[in-house]
Amino acid sequence: MLQPSSNQHPVTARGLVKFVETAAGRIDILHRIDLKVSPGEAVAILGASGSGKSTLLGLLAGLDQASSGEVRLFGTSLNQLDEDGRAALRAGKVGFVFQSFQLLSGMTALENVMLPLELAGEGKPEEAAKAALSAAGLSQRLDHYPSQLSGGEQQRVALARAFAPDPKVLFADEPTANLDAHTGERVADLLFSLREQSDTILILVTHDEMLARRCDRRLYLRDGVLENGA
Amino acid sequence: MNTFHFALRLLRRDWRAGELRLLAIALLIAVASVTSVGFFTDRIERAMARQASEVLAADLRIESNQPLPELLLEEAQRGQLQYAKTLSFPSVILHNEQTQLVQVKAVSPGYPLRGQMRVRDRVNGADRVTMELPASGEVWLEERLLPLLDTAIGDSIKLGKRSFRVSRIISYEPDRSANLFRLAPRLLVPIGDIDETGLLGPASRVRHYLLLAGSPMQMDDYRAWVDRLDISGIEVEDIRSARPELRSALDQGGRFLRLAAATAILLCMVAVALSSRRFVERQSDSSALLRCLGASRQQVIQIFTLRLMGLGLIASLIGVLLGLGVQSLLINLIGHWFTNQIPSPTAWPLLSGLVTGILVLIGFSLPSIIRLGKVSPLRVFRRHLDAPPISYLLSVAAALLSLSVLLIWQIGDDKLALRLISGLLAGLVILLLISRLLVYLLAPLRNLTSGSWRYGLASLSRNPATTSIQLTGFGLGFTVLLLLAIVRVDLLASWQGTLPDDSPNQFLINIQPQEVDGVDALLAQGGITTNGLFPMIRGRLISIDGNRVSSDSYDNPRAQRLATRDFNISHASQPQTDNKIVSGNWWSESQLQQPWFSVEQGLAETLGIPLGAELEFEIAGSRIKGRVENLRSVEWDSFNVNFFVIGTPGLLGSRPATYITSFYLPDEKRSLLHSLIQRYPSITALDVTALMTQVRAIMDRGALAVESVFIFTLAAGLILLYAGIQASHELKVQETAVLRTLGVKRTTLLLSTLLEFALLGGLAGLVSAALASAISYSLAQTVFNLPWQLDLSMWFSALAGGALCVSIAGTLASRPLLNTPPLVTMRKV
Repeated sequence: MLQPSSNQHPVTARGLVKFVETAAGRIDILHRIDLKVSPGEAVAILGASGSGKSTLLGLLAGLDQASSGEVRLFGTSLNQLDEDGRAALRAGKVGFVFQSFQLLSGMTALENVMLPLELAGEGKPEEAAKAALSAAGLSQRLDHYPSQLSGGEQQRVALARAFAPDPKVLFADEPTANLDAHTGERVADLLFSLREQSDTILILVTHDEMLARRCDRRLYLRDGVLENGA
Repeated sequence: MNTFHFALRLLRRDWRAGELRLLAIALLIAVASVTSVGFFTDRIERAMARQASEVLAADLRIESNQPLPELLLEEAQRGQLQYAKTLSFPSVILHNEQTQLVQVKAVSPGYPLRGQMRVRDRVNGADRVTMELPASGEVWLEERLLPLLDTAIGDSIKLGKRSFRVSRIISYEPDRSANLFRLAPRLLVPIGDIDETGLLGPASRVRHYLLLAGSPMQMDDYRAWVDRLDISGIEVEDIRSARPELRSALDQGGRFLRLAAATAILLCMVAVALSSRRFVERQSDSSALLRCLGASRQQVIQIFTLRLMGLGLIASLIGVLLGLGVQSLLINLIGHWFTNQIPSPTAWPLLSGLVTGILVLIGFSLPSIIRLGKVSPLRVFRRHLDAPPISYLLSVAAALLSLSVLLIWQIGDDKLALRLISGLLAGLVILLLISRLLVYLLAPLRNLTSGSWRYGLASLSRNPATTSIQLTGFGLGFTVLLLLAIVRVDLLASWQGTLPDDSPNQFLINIQPQEVDGVDALLAQGGITTNGLFPMIRGRLISIDGNRVSSDSYDNPRAQRLATRDFNISHASQPQTDNKIVSGNWWSESQLQQPWFSVEQGLAETLGIPLGAELEFEIAGSRIKGRVENLRSVEWDSFNVNFFVIGTPGLLGSRPATYITSFYLPDEKRSLLHSLIQRYPSITALDVTALMTQVRAIMDRGALAVESVFIFTLAAGLILLYAGIQASHELKVQETAVLRTLGVKRTTLLLSTLLEFALLGGLAGLVSAALASAISYSLAQTVFNLPWQLDLSMWFSALAGGALCVSIAGTLASRPLLNTPPLVTMRKV
């Protein structure tokens, strides 16, 4: 059950710290990050390469564990959950879009989009997947394999996959970085159009100012510190 | 989510996408090899056993010195077995006032159930197969009786109260050889005429036989039923208990065929392990994505396990069908070598193939699948986050368990299987250590070289895990292939050497002491060489270390039989040339008067006679004691005269003995035998030419089966080679693309690939030659009882063959990478 505060801020981070121990010594990646994201909000996290953007995204999505501090997703502290618990929390409620698309090469576009629906126990995954692909303008590409699609089409399939289960939060990691400017813009249009239709929270990691400007809020990650946050 | 349906859908997609194709093909060939070997060996073994069962003229023979209980026959009839009855007893026949001791054999219609009788219609006539039996009032005689009785075909002889007409000469009866030394000349008579002879009374020394034949399952059922009844006074014999020399040939052949099947499994296990590892590498992204999208670790493991098991089942089913087809081709190829029809396939190898497929997957794929469950979902951002290695203990335990179950099950010989497993485990450790050492040594070496050498060496030392796995995989594969090749060559050579063309084909028994010199001289005049004339004393074992020996002392039927029978004992100053002392020492010249015995190793094991035990024998009414001074192994299949127990001349020399000898008699000198029998009528001559032909035929067909089965193992080896090459494919794709982008020439890369794989293959070949030599030495000494010698040419062949095969296969597999533009390759990475 969601806690009362989760309705106001479904994604929160408090005092989030991440460092790794290496043979050369400790490397600090994130310093005491605080973040609150409101329902329907689109937040862009900007930063140079290696600034820790993807690490922060991974922590917020529960893909990784913080060295200290706390992330609450839909009111549940991720610290209290093990990896399977965090996966269960994500199932059907969290969508992802990646820089490298992350489509499974052995599956058609339709099958790739069906994947999260099947994992979420959706009754009619094929119908929902077809609808999502149609919304992404790919109704003619259902049976195509990723290798038969252009980069832009692959990312649109990834967007259809991300939005198909109607997630509450969408984490996007440099979704246009692997695309040319024109295709990137079209993918970005689709991303924000789908988000508006579903009122999904968007947490977008990018180094593209133009893309970030389309979000409600922009945060800057510099040397592991989040500026203009909270 | 319905994991099962989801996994099946993924499996369908995998199949379409070819993701699991390599693993499926490896498994398919594994199962096909195992199944075809299984079907083939099962049918050939049964055909060999059936052919060999000719020496009993049946699949199973029950004998007793009392009339056999009727329920034995009733059960055979109920079980729809073929049956025949025979009686055997010594008697005297009369012709023109001459008498002669014969061994009468009375047979019922249907005899023989296995094998065929061969007869001659006149002396020196051609012998022919016959399906007939003597008609009522007729007898068939062994040829040597004719000169002894001065009789001929068509004459009348008297047996007991009844007269019979001699109608044929017996040249071969299938079960004649089963009791080689107890036979006087044979006389065959219809069982229905026996009552009229009046020879059988309550005290007659008659042996009653019930011969039975049927399908192996019927025979197994019947045998189990008889064993359960535990009827006292009966002996049940099948082919394995019938003749030591045949048993030895069959056991060795069977062991080898099973070993061949096991090596095919082993090769495929390694191929499956290598393919699974590659599958895990390629599926790590899928696993991370599934975890990212909300699948639990357990779900991921379930999905991949179900996919793999589904695939295993499909590949295994196709494999068994393929195996069925292949064995059918093989049987068609060699079936005509067997005089009997090859038995139909049973369902057992089919089931065995399916279970093998699943067990191989569980042992060699499942641990890898568990790794997939541990892939961090963070891999979606960071591709370098590989699946963490699983517990070494878990993977070794799973592989070892699967390996042990399969090998012990397939080989059916715990000792052989355990030796093989321990040898392979030691090999695995050595190969892993050597591969690590190789990587360690190559690292500095690459800086001293340039061009193709540098790239080739760098490729090996840059990826220590992959290099270790490839070297270990190739090494294990070569080891089992070499091992099988060595044992196969030794086995075939040993079989051929066991029965050289001049092996003894005649035995002379019952030679009286005063006749020894005369017989020896006569044979020498005829140009016949013998190994000597050996004294033979009949004696019964009374006690071992003071404990009385009786059939009740043993559970083992063979031991029970031996405990109640007279032994043929001899005395000698020197051991026979084909005997080997396995423990203790043979007596020296100065010890000839000591009260000592030498006992055959198998007999000692069966009766529980340790070295140093005190044995007591009853010989001709008196008792003699002596200590077991040594144990011997005996080559029973040599057809030389051999004895279970030999005493010192001092212990047994004064006991009443007859003499025995064996020699090779060429066809053109057969008249010598006639003169010898006429001069010494009390001597019994036994012609074992027909039996030797039979043994040779079994060995020849066994050799053919061995050669055929070896082909399957080679095929499995090729699959392993392919899987091994593929193990580094992903790394090669990336490296080749980068190096070509940076301007390295195609020829340089081609040469470096050639050098890399040649080094890997050569080293694997060399190490496997050492391992195979060590394991084959152990097997030769303890399991196959074959002579062994170090074969250095094999080491060179392994080195060169390994380098050649792996480098050619590796280069061919890498060629497409070199021919594809680097940009295309990079996009796929």
